[in-house]
Amino acid sequence: MIQQIYAVTAMNLRSIPSRLGTSAVIVIGIAGVVGVMVALLAMGAGFQATLASTGEDDRAIVMRSGSLDELSSVVIREHAAILAEAPGVASNSAGEPLAIGELFMLTNVAKHDAVEPNNVVVRGTTPQVLNLRHEARLVEGRMFQPGVREVVVGIGAQRQFSGLQIGDLVEVREGAWPIVGVFETGGDVHESEIWVDREALVTASRRSAWNSVTVQLEDAASFTTFKDAITSDPRLKLQVQREPDYYASRSEAMGQMITGLGYTVAVIMGIGALFGALNTMYAAVATRTVEIATLRALGFGSVPVVISVLLEALVLALLGALIGGALAYLFFNGYSVSTLNFQTFSQVAFAFRVSGALLVQGMIVACLIGLVGGLFPAVRAARMPVADALRAS
Amino acid sequence: MKYLPLVWAALWRRKPRTILTMLSVVVAFLLYGLLTAVNAAFNTGVELSGADRLVTTGKYSITQVLPYGYWQQVKNMDGVEQVTFASWFGGYYQEEFNFFPQFPVDPQSYFDVYSELTIDEDQLRAFVTTRTGAVVSKTLADRYGWSLGDRIPITAGIWPLADGSNSWEFDLVGIFDTRDPAARSQHEYMLMQHEYFDEARQFGQGTVGWFISQIRDPEQAGQIAQAIDAQFANSPNETRSDTEKAFNQSFLKQMGDIGLIIQSILGAVFFTLLFLTGNTMMQSVRERIGELAVLKTIGFSGGSLLMIVLAEALLLTLMAALIGLGLAAFLLPGLAENMPGFSGLALDLEAWITALLLALLLALIVGLPPALRAQRLSIVDALSEHA
Repeated sequence: MIQQIYAVTAMNLRSIPSRLGTSAVIVIGIAGVVGVMVALLAMGAGFQATLASTGEDDRAIVMRSGSLDELSSVVIREHAAILAEAPGVASNSAGEPLAIGELFMLTNVAKHDAVEPNNVVVRGTTPQVLNLRHEARLVEGRMFQPGVREVVVGIGAQRQFSGLQIGDLVEVREGAWPIVGVFETGGDVHESEIWVDREALVTASRRSAWNSVTVQLEDAASFTTFKDAITSDPRLKLQVQREPDYYASRSEAMGQMITGLGYTVAVIMGIGALFGALNTMYAAVATRTVEIATLRALGFGSVPVVISVLLEALVLALLGALIGGALAYLFFNGYSVSTLNFQTFSQVAFAFRVSGALLVQGMIVACLIGLVGGLFPAVRAARMPVADALRAS
Repeated sequence: MKYLPLVWAALWRRKPRTILTMLSVVVAFLLYGLLTAVNAAFNTGVELSGADRLVTTGKYSITQVLPYGYWQQVKNMDGVEQVTFASWFGGYYQEEFNFFPQFPVDPQSYFDVYSELTIDEDQLRAFVTTRTGAVVSKTLADRYGWSLGDRIPITAGIWPLADGSNSWEFDLVGIFDTRDPAARSQHEYMLMQHEYFDEARQFGQGTVGWFISQIRDPEQAGQIAQAIDAQFANSPNETRSDTEKAFNQSFLKQMGDIGLIIQSILGAVFFTLLFLTGNTMMQSVRERIGELAVLKTIGFSGGSLLMIVLAEALLLTLMAALIGLGLAAFLLPGLAENMPGFSGLALDLEAWITALLLALLLALIVGLPPALRAQRLSIVDALSEHA
């Protein structure tokens, strides 16, 4: 049986070169489906990864109770001082609590080769931020000085927007501020932001309250202690979230939309490719009517015939998946773009991520199309009456 | 035309193959229809925006608030006909994913400036006089099953009530619509009274989000915008004014290259399809060499054979394109209902014409090589080979 399958399959595969045109229909059809699907899903995955990788389990972000994001939250300074003293908050070597109240605003910056404004985040913080967000480090220039109108820009923002080099001026509030440094945070969402000194921003924007407070906890387990202390304090109307939970939740709407688009397009295109695959395999079987009938006359069973046709379809489908996946990887992996995340109303720079898991998904879709596309022609080939088929020549 | 039966018969010579090919073309045009409609919905905001309206926001970001007092100052500017304003409420109904915008506005001037909105006179009067009144677009009322008199709870994302609570409630006193159904996705929101909002909120009193001015002469839009910004330059609240079209356009640009991504998908789909259909056409002609030779023998000219094969390709792609687009047109209303912000989802005339031209092009590309082969057919060779 195995031998029969091997013999028929080998014969089929060897004859592919003589049917290059029709065989290519399956390969190219499936390459198109897999390529488009993987590219779109890689876009959704890259976007979600950028937000989901932001923050640490042992840090918490505190906002006004009911606020969906930092932009719409207000935490007055007195409350920020109270929560910094709460149990569970870590201290630095000088014994000061590691908690920073931050301003979160937007300013207009144009993309490269464009003039239209984009909502870029201006985060008013302190130079201490490098101790709090220890993943952040300066890669060029220096930190802004306390109280001075100076800017450090995230490397992601620098790549996507024009005029964000050291020495350039960027409009923050009450005019343009000079850029003195560039920072990176390991590819998370903060790299799309620009950071300034909060006291300088308070004066320039005439705002007195913070938008959020980010605190370093003693360890990940102290989150509950800290959260309970804040939520049970009658003076405070604040909500506490673990940093990764908060940032991940801000990618849901957009991530789901892109992923949904990816799957919808893949399903519709997949159906189109399936019809193509059916056509090819029917043609493949038709041109080999005599060979198949001869084998059957020699005593080959119908199962090997069915399996051999299925295998042929699978091989072609996998070849298509490889080509489509490779094209998606070559053209899109690491391709960085910036879009408006409508859950935070601000620009997020992110890179497409063509992961192994996505490529495997592409392979699975290809195999499904190949299997269904091969099944009906295979059954027809096996059912053909031997005598009629031989006479067909 | 008299060859139509012949073309028709040739097309259905191998039914399963023709049907399968046709179905893949149908699928491609279905995808074309859906994606074009989505793309168009993104762009309607730019196309339908009034050329005679200016939007004035904070200089650094639309999220900066501006003093309420600017309203009178903008109204007094030369060339400005009437002015209204709106703020971003940023709340949600029941859960965060039920998203639609809510704007506290001055009811009368809002409907004056946005003249493309239609609302019953009595309902507008009720909106003006009811402190906790709200009006919603027809699309929203349909989606959430609201009717006049309903009390709609909105949870504040930004503005708590004076007591710190986030639970606002509004009385539905009116439902508005747009004159042009295509503009519906542009006006899918809830409006409430600014006066009530300003009194009831915990902080931020005396500020609004942005101003919308209707100007007398669209030609002067640039100058008036400059004049408005100059008026407030060097004040604590500087402004940035632009035409509504430019404003919507720049907002669209913020999304990144949605259009480009959609066009790339369509490009990939059509390339794939071209290959698929082209292959079937070649195969079909190859199988019929003998028959075509017979036709030539009984007096058909090379030119007629060329036309016959081309007509076959055209018939295939046109029928498939029409079915695919018809399917898309049939599915779109249902999709629009389930996609917040996409109420206008539909195929316009331009989309139909472009699709039919694409089908024509597709037929030419896939039909021409086999058609030329049929035209150049040598009777003797063909008949001896396929006898």
